[in-house]
Amino acid sequence: MSGAAASPGVAVPSVGCAERPVLRERGQREVFCGLTGIVWLHRKIQDAFFLVVGSRTCAHLMQSAAGVMIFAEPRFATAVMEERDLAGLADANEELDAAVSRLIERRPDIRMLFLVGSCPSEVIKLDLSRAAARLSERYAPEVRILNYSGSGIETTFTQGEDNCLAALVPALPEAEAEAPSLLVVGALADVVEDQFARLFAAMGIGNVGFLPPRRARDLPPVGPSTRFLLAQPFLGETARALEERGASRIAAPFPLGAEGTTLWLKAAADSFGTDPMRFRAATAAAEARAKRALEPFRAELAGRSLFFFPDSQLEIPLARMLSRELGMRLTEVGTPYLHRRHLAEELELLPDEASLSEGQDVDRQLARARELRPDIAVCGLGLANPLEAEGLTTKWSIELLFTPIQGYEQAGDLASLFARPLDRKTRLRV
Amino acid sequence: MQLTVWTYEGPPHVGAMRVATAMEGVHYVLHAPQGDTYADLLFTMIERRDRRPPVTYTTFEARDLGTDTAALFQATLRDAFERFQPRAMLVGASCTAELIQDDPAGLARAAGLPVPVIPLELPSYQRKENWGAAETFYQVVRTLAAGGSSRNDGGAVSTTVSSDVASGDPPLPAGISPSRGEIEGVGAALHSAPQQGADQKDAGGVSAGSISPLEGEMPGRAEGGEAGVIHSPGANEVADSTSAADARHAPRNAARPRCNILGPTALGFRHRDDVAEIRRLLGGIGIDVAVVAPLDASPDDIARLGEADFNVVLYPEIAGVAAKWLKRTFGQDFTTVVPIGVGATQDFIAEVRQLAKLPEAAGEARLGSGKAKSNLPWFSRSVDSNYLTGKRVFVFGDATHALAAARVATEEFGFTLCGLGTYSREFARDIRAAAERYGVEPLISDDYLDVEAAIAAAQPELVLGTQMERHVAKRLGIACAVISAPVHVQDYPARYSPQMGFEGANVLWDSWVHPLVMGLEEHLLGMFRDDFEFNDAARPSHLGGGARIAAEPEDEQEPSFPAATAASIAPGWLNEAELELKKIPFFVRGKARRNTEQFALERGLSQITVETLYDAKAHYSR
Repeated sequence: MSGAAASPGVAVPSVGCAERPVLRERGQREVFCGLTGIVWLHRKIQDAFFLVVGSRTCAHLMQSAAGVMIFAEPRFATAVMEERDLAGLADANEELDAAVSRLIERRPDIRMLFLVGSCPSEVIKLDLSRAAARLSERYAPEVRILNYSGSGIETTFTQGEDNCLAALVPALPEAEAEAPSLLVVGALADVVEDQFARLFAAMGIGNVGFLPPRRARDLPPVGPSTRFLLAQPFLGETARALEERGASRIAAPFPLGAEGTTLWLKAAADSFGTDPMRFRAATAAAEARAKRALEPFRAELAGRSLFFFPDSQLEIPLARMLSRELGMRLTEVGTPYLHRRHLAEELELLPDEASLSEGQDVDRQLARARELRPDIAVCGLGLANPLEAEGLTTKWSIELLFTPIQGYEQAGDLASLFARPLDRKTRLRV
Repeated sequence: MQLTVWTYEGPPHVGAMRVATAMEGVHYVLHAPQGDTYADLLFTMIERRDRRPPVTYTTFEARDLGTDTAALFQATLRDAFERFQPRAMLVGASCTAELIQDDPAGLARAAGLPVPVIPLELPSYQRKENWGAAETFYQVVRTLAAGGSSRNDGGAVSTTVSSDVASGDPPLPAGISPSRGEIEGVGAALHSAPQQGADQKDAGGVSAGSISPLEGEMPGRAEGGEAGVIHSPGANEVADSTSAADARHAPRNAARPRCNILGPTALGFRHRDDVAEIRRLLGGIGIDVAVVAPLDASPDDIARLGEADFNVVLYPEIAGVAAKWLKRTFGQDFTTVVPIGVGATQDFIAEVRQLAKLPEAAGEARLGSGKAKSNLPWFSRSVDSNYLTGKRVFVFGDATHALAAARVATEEFGFTLCGLGTYSREFARDIRAAAERYGVEPLISDDYLDVEAAIAAAQPELVLGTQMERHVAKRLGIACAVISAPVHVQDYPARYSPQMGFEGANVLWDSWVHPLVMGLEEHLLGMFRDDFEFNDAARPSHLGGGARIAAEPEDEQEPSFPAATAASIAPGWLNEAELELKKIPFFVRGKARRNTEQFALERGLSQITVETLYDAKAHYSR
């Protein structure tokens, strides 16, 4: 099914994506590892706790990334491996058990504990799946203990969420019902989730689950009758795990911007056989509102050039939205990893002017950015201030994960994130 | 394995980054996986630096493991050299790369770069950020300041003196460097230097309660080995420039003595301002500053370190080891007093005068100088400050700042110390000695949860700590000021705000008094406790709105430690007594509750009445 073809009133670019060239680079990557996903996941699943099994570096990353040092009592911690843990693995397992027991005593409210693997735990081959099974025996049924890897040698930034959700999939109950159900996959802000739930209800799709759930005990069921819709573009492993449970993916672009949201919802509507009139009735008002919200930003942003450094894998959907709905001009669109199948609908909509790159050699990419001098460079926290000091305007990419940006009601907020740095530049006289 | 909610220090390679980032013309190639680049944002975001740290990461992935990570390191090293053209390079591994044992030192040697390449062995699973900074600075100094001495005989000597394999440690898996035991007493002979100032201090009328200079050691230092510089055929560039240092023995025409300032790094707590303040202070007493290092120092500057008459060590955690090496090598004495607070600044001036062989200032002038240059002494004597008397203060931080804060809090604010601790295990001895003198229990821990428990138990009215203690204080509803790293972005203020010297004392005054409820307000809160607006659940009125979070520790459902389960056998509080308890100021309420319960328990009382409460109060106030 082609989301683009189903979209009313949207011009589809004549040139397809299939053969679009991609610059692949490897070298220094200025991106976070998958552990960083814990920063939002620990807020999303309110009775879950994330225990990184790693080094002091991991602990330091967790408290430094995204300025989370401001939270007084986070629902994550690190079991920091020390030399004596590396001396013998049996010892490391006992130490891990002790750390978990201290943690569960301290936080009796925990219902789900993720043991999160890191670079060092993987290099020394500490088997966290066995540890999780062992600890589950001790703490079940009060606490369910799962594991996944957020290591930098395996994952980039948002892939941590992918691995976390993939680890949840085997724990999901089996869907009993024969009737098809919809599962929305990917952490969304609660407010966005509620909006989508209302929209699906209005479209006549009543049986909707969300993964991850807000509470560990509210795991949505899954089975062959489940059709899932990815809300985030970085969920390759999770999709694979869901497909193994018999669920089928509804291909769609991602719900960013008015157009993206309509196409995303329409994909679900078509899959569930929603009457087109009913679909329009359910979505038209919100879509029109989103377009109105975007209008003033279009005036500010149209024609401005945009350069994406790789960060969250949201780059391609964002580039699509910013170019098609706000008229921004794309230069390089970098992504840490390009999942061609899940992004097929996005790539079809992406203007040809965008040159795609995958992976990173940060110094070379910086040289390209300096040459292109984009009006806005979207980049991580390590690069933003140095680029600002060079006179480039930047948008920190991490804010795109910490802000509700999906759906109709957030389309204007998303645009404002890009307009604000430019607005600021024009205000300042110092 | 240590359960860590917050970590006080980063890994040791972050310490190395702080040194590299502070310097000019140095580049650090770090063998590290994807994700370790997070450390860049410490500098670009928390410290708001306008340049990326001079660090290139190899960024290896799982699929590289066991194949070509070594080749990746070599290629990265060559590329980084060509791109950045540094005058000296540092090479090393982060925690994960340490496990895969690629030997960056050997690989760098093989690369044959035409600049000095300093290999860093920073054991990530034993050591932490400050140790890494100290070790890095020491290696940099030793390599680049060694000059034409016979130390660098062209041999590519590895830094790690692995002679301690025989230390009887358990066998380690591949990639873990052998434990370098805590070398107590290394350089003990050098402790004669600190003693020089001691007599003078007593003579200067510093009270006996003053804390002696830091004597901490950096354990595990491989002192006495050869410098780890890698010489390759073309590596004479800096060696040449260091030959300038040969002139160090030549008499200088300078009428003014010269010193180096050692220790300030990137991402330090107020380091830049401290340097400015101390430079001005030294200038005022007729001493020139030759080199500041590592902050803003180039490899050439490091080569000139030996030219100065003595060294000023501002941060012993970072510069202590290098200063000892400089003393051994060039005979340079170094300062041991850290000039935080008025008294310590006066002691520092006296010590510096002595090291610089300047005549001692007249006693009167000396005592008077602090008053004239800092507002702290007068502000502290001002009658409105009476309410500060005996306020209970809990101090925690790195050793330098914690010791200094303890002295300032007691001698210059008139506070009572109710706790003193540090996460700098290397300086545990100093903290223990000081704690004994203050009559408090020393807390040597880098476990945030232990610190939290100690603060909750001590019931302070003010916490002087790090960013982490700010969390604790917020949870417990206690005032807090930050005195030490680790700190967050708000502790890199736009204005000039040193911690050291006389202006530093002014900054301490402002920042420690500000979080407290002011004197008269405190009295009024005590008199009219039920006022719906101005009660002690409200924050100090000059700090804006908002309510205290969990004013009483036992109110906050602390689900933590099994020790706290004695509640079931505690005598019951009658409603009236409970209400009366609420009239006791929040910062001592927890203690009053516990004392009363203990009192009742000891007397076999099953109920606590208002009478019991006041009986207990009288009992414990004896």
